[in-house]
Amino acid sequence: MYAFDYRRPSALDEVVSLLGGLEEPKLLAGGQTLLPTLKQRLAQPGTLVDLAGIPGLADIAAEGGGVRIGAMATHARVATSDVVRAAIPALAELAAVIGDPAVRNRGTIGGSVANNDPTADYPAACLALGAMIVTTARRIPADEFFAGLFETALGEDEVIVAIEFPRPELAAYRKFRNPASRYAMAGVFVARTGEGVRVAVTGAGQSGVFRWGAAEAALTDDFTAAALESVPLDASDLMSDLHGGADYRAQLVKVMAKRAVEAAAR
Amino acid sequence: MNASTVTPIGAPVRRKEDKRFITGKGRYTDDLSRPGQAHAYFLRSPYAHARIRTIDTAAAAEMPGVVGVLTGRDLAQDGLGGLICGWMINSKDGSPMRAGAHPALAVDTVRYVGDHVAVVIAETLNLAKDAAAALAVEYEVLPAVPDLAVAQAQGAAQIHEAAPNNTVFEWELGDRAAVEAAFAQAAHVTEIDIVNNRLAPNPMEPRAAIGEYDAGDEAYTLWTTSQNPHVARLVLSAFVGLAPENKLRVIAPDVGGGFGSKIFIYAEETVCAWAAKKVGRPVKWTCERGEAFLCDAHGRDHVTKGRLALDAQGKILGFQVKTIANMGAYLSTFASCVPTYLYATLLSGQYAIPAIYCEVDAVYTNTAPVDAYRGAGRPEATFLVERIVDKAARELGIDPAEMRRRNFITAFPHQTPVIMCYDAGDYAASLDKALEMADYAGFPARRAEAERRGKLRGIGLSNYIEACGIAPSAAVGSLGAGVGLWESAEVRVNPTGNVEVLTGSHSHGQGHETTFAQLVSARLGIPIDQVTVIHGDTDKVQFGMGTYGSRSGAVGMSAIVKALDKVEAKAKKIAAHILEASEGDIEFKDGRFSVAGTDRGLAFAEVALNAYVAHKFPTSEIEPGLKEGAFYDPTNFTFPAGCHVCELEVDPETGTTEIVNWIAVDDFGTVINPMIVEGQVHGGIAQGVGQALMERVAYDGEGQLVTGSYMDYQMPRAEDFPAFKVGMTETRCPSNPLGMKGCGEAGAIAAPPAVINALADALGTQDISMPATPAKVWAIAQARVTRQAAE
Repeated sequence: MYAFDYRRPSALDEVVSLLGGLEEPKLLAGGQTLLPTLKQRLAQPGTLVDLAGIPGLADIAAEGGGVRIGAMATHARVATSDVVRAAIPALAELAAVIGDPAVRNRGTIGGSVANNDPTADYPAACLALGAMIVTTARRIPADEFFAGLFETALGEDEVIVAIEFPRPELAAYRKFRNPASRYAMAGVFVARTGEGVRVAVTGAGQSGVFRWGAAEAALTDDFTAAALESVPLDASDLMSDLHGGADYRAQLVKVMAKRAVEAAAR
Repeated sequence: MNASTVTPIGAPVRRKEDKRFITGKGRYTDDLSRPGQAHAYFLRSPYAHARIRTIDTAAAAEMPGVVGVLTGRDLAQDGLGGLICGWMINSKDGSPMRAGAHPALAVDTVRYVGDHVAVVIAETLNLAKDAAAALAVEYEVLPAVPDLAVAQAQGAAQIHEAAPNNTVFEWELGDRAAVEAAFAQAAHVTEIDIVNNRLAPNPMEPRAAIGEYDAGDEAYTLWTTSQNPHVARLVLSAFVGLAPENKLRVIAPDVGGGFGSKIFIYAEETVCAWAAKKVGRPVKWTCERGEAFLCDAHGRDHVTKGRLALDAQGKILGFQVKTIANMGAYLSTFASCVPTYLYATLLSGQYAIPAIYCEVDAVYTNTAPVDAYRGAGRPEATFLVERIVDKAARELGIDPAEMRRRNFITAFPHQTPVIMCYDAGDYAASLDKALEMADYAGFPARRAEAERRGKLRGIGLSNYIEACGIAPSAAVGSLGAGVGLWESAEVRVNPTGNVEVLTGSHSHGQGHETTFAQLVSARLGIPIDQVTVIHGDTDKVQFGMGTYGSRSGAVGMSAIVKALDKVEAKAKKIAAHILEASEGDIEFKDGRFSVAGTDRGLAFAEVALNAYVAHKFPTSEIEPGLKEGAFYDPTNFTFPAGCHVCELEVDPETGTTEIVNWIAVDDFGTVINPMIVEGQVHGGIAQGVGQALMERVAYDGEGQLVTGSYMDYQMPRAEDFPAFKVGMTETRCPSNPLGMKGCGEAGAIAAPPAVINALADALGTQDISMPATPAKVWAIAQARVTRQAAE
């Protein structure tokens, strides 16, 4: 680990001004990705700006039928929140299978979404549920937020405050874990709303989380696993590595999607 | 004392050391700090093969907090020798193995990614890392040969001048002519190609070392994560030339697992000790997990072709094997014996095979050194034997269990064609018990039920044998070993009757502090908490050979038994004087010396006190005190054997393999503590299943390590397993006093073929390589669906 300064502001406007004024600042929002990266000397921030001291940033509340989850809410809190479980049980279930207990008790939804790891779970939920990413500057629809591997629409001085999830009629998440890392190798979040079905895939795409349009169309017509049987998925956009080729990932995406549909319809 | 306070042999008593470990009171090397210690960081080669043109240390030496920057030239200038391989193997033509030099720090060439280029010693690890980034090394990158299969090919880059064609030796064992004759009359020949995948040992505690030099005593101390501290001292003294043995103390405190990887004498530990004098400060190094993947000696890594000659009834007539074994870039401490005498000598398995011939080529590649890892050669042999026998059974239409039964060795002792003389065993008994516990007969119904759920269910057997209790010293000496493989013990009875046992064995997870104390408790009739086991410090313990190869019970405890025999004999003499009886009339039972046929007697503690007070016996005849030592040299290997059954289900949609049932029936001879033994079996199975389904060290074409962390190297986890069903059968080992065989490696040896045989059964093909990852299994399952559709 390289040396760095550490700040723990107590208000969001203070965070924004620190981001604007410091050399190489980096937000610390749980640190489950950042700290291992620092330990391996793969990052050298000048100052870590810890969001843990800001009041209310971890609040979870029912809102407009859906839920608003503060950026600093840990995965464990989302998984066990009565509000989330009542409104969107699939989201609580997703949070309950992120990483391991240590990760779930330190890692946060804002940290995960801002990092946009291509194998993270939350981006799939955001995209499939049509979530709104609320920042210190604006409101960004999920469809415009995720911009490729570890890339998002966030500006330099912009901080995620909360994520608002509308309530779907039906939803479920199923993932196949990478056998070694246990990150998602293919994670599929399926959500049906009055406007149709959205299917978001994480872990498999070469450019990170994506919506599977053909599956959405098929499921909007017929919300059954069987409807996915002959839906095409272009394997050339999928990752290929030591753990499996693109064709295997395509298969996993399809199987996880079917299982998610079955679970959602149950 | 009465017998109720004694812990008898066979009692599943809880481990004495666990309170210390689970309350964080263990003292591992990294827990220790020495006054004034500095921290070492090793600069490692980023290339698999390169010439070092220059190393400029000037800028690094000027960095804040730097205490010293040392390179291979400094080592050479101090006259230190390289690391050694302690087992000489001769090629078929009689020529000795061709070993290249193995300097602890590279001098002019690096030969694998992670090879040691320089060491930076600084006030903190962070400062040492900062300074290492300022080291200027100019490399001339050379073509690399990371791939075992092409290392011997014409035109391949040459890794060591001493080893033309990258070939260390071309060795053989057995009777080629007899095997050729067997094939000439075979009704059926089964052939198999096997890649035994390369594994990273992954003990929970990474390696660590602290070197210290006392300028007053002119003596070194090295705290290190070693399975055999005396052997480390011997090698560092006699071969590396660090210091005379009497000026070097090696201490292996609590050690958190080894699996073989901590047998070896590595560069980092050597450098820490040497550098301590060089920089005038204690020097500490703790391996990071990423460094462990790069530099801890790996295991396995064979490519093998096997051919089995059979008659029409499935009787095995002959077995021919050709193996290429990867040694990595340098020969590690015991690398050469693993694919030879620890491998080919077990190719008879549990079967009466009249003729066996095995050839092994050992080759250098630009990869980390390969050496012993849990099982060491025997898993490779067992995998080959149990896979080819299973394949033969299916080709001949014989049930795999019946196939094995037809070929079992049933009379003992049994001389195999590959050196080993099996002393005792009952292979049918293990098989019968395992099949019953597994409800083998009920499998077809379970398979049909699984099929209705869309799952492919398979069952697989593994009838393993291993050679443990290594080993008779003269025998291994005749095969090229540079050391004897006896063990030592000293039993020190204190005046108040409690006991210290100093053992040359080393516990790094095996529970010796309990098992060894249990033996002493049962023998002397004293409570187990009055027995303390001391190990791992060359200043405290007499020379010992350490722990590996499942030898601590059969060899280490036999030495304790010998010492206890002497203690009892002397105590009887003393008791006879006090009780005014003849020595021959003294009986020792339940912790009491008594005069036969009378009620006169003395407790063990009373005799101990008298031995030290020395008032009541003539010290001209009997020396005061009660302390005896012994060295035990085994007369044969021991031969644990058994039968494991794996039942699994494949999800053809995802390729996921779920192990749904596991039966282990093992014959370990006498069992001292069944709870500890069962734990050993569990851990071994987990590692064996890891090899079969999950683990593989992979290098890319340039020799870069692809699986350098747990992000890519899959370890087995508790959730991957059902509750194991462990059973035992027992035939005593006739060659040692307790009748013990050894249990530490059995699971890792037995498990891989049980898994792959079960997968072959589930998937209907023999073409399954390890690790059978979900992606691989899915592809096979897909091909099966396509095949069935075509039919």
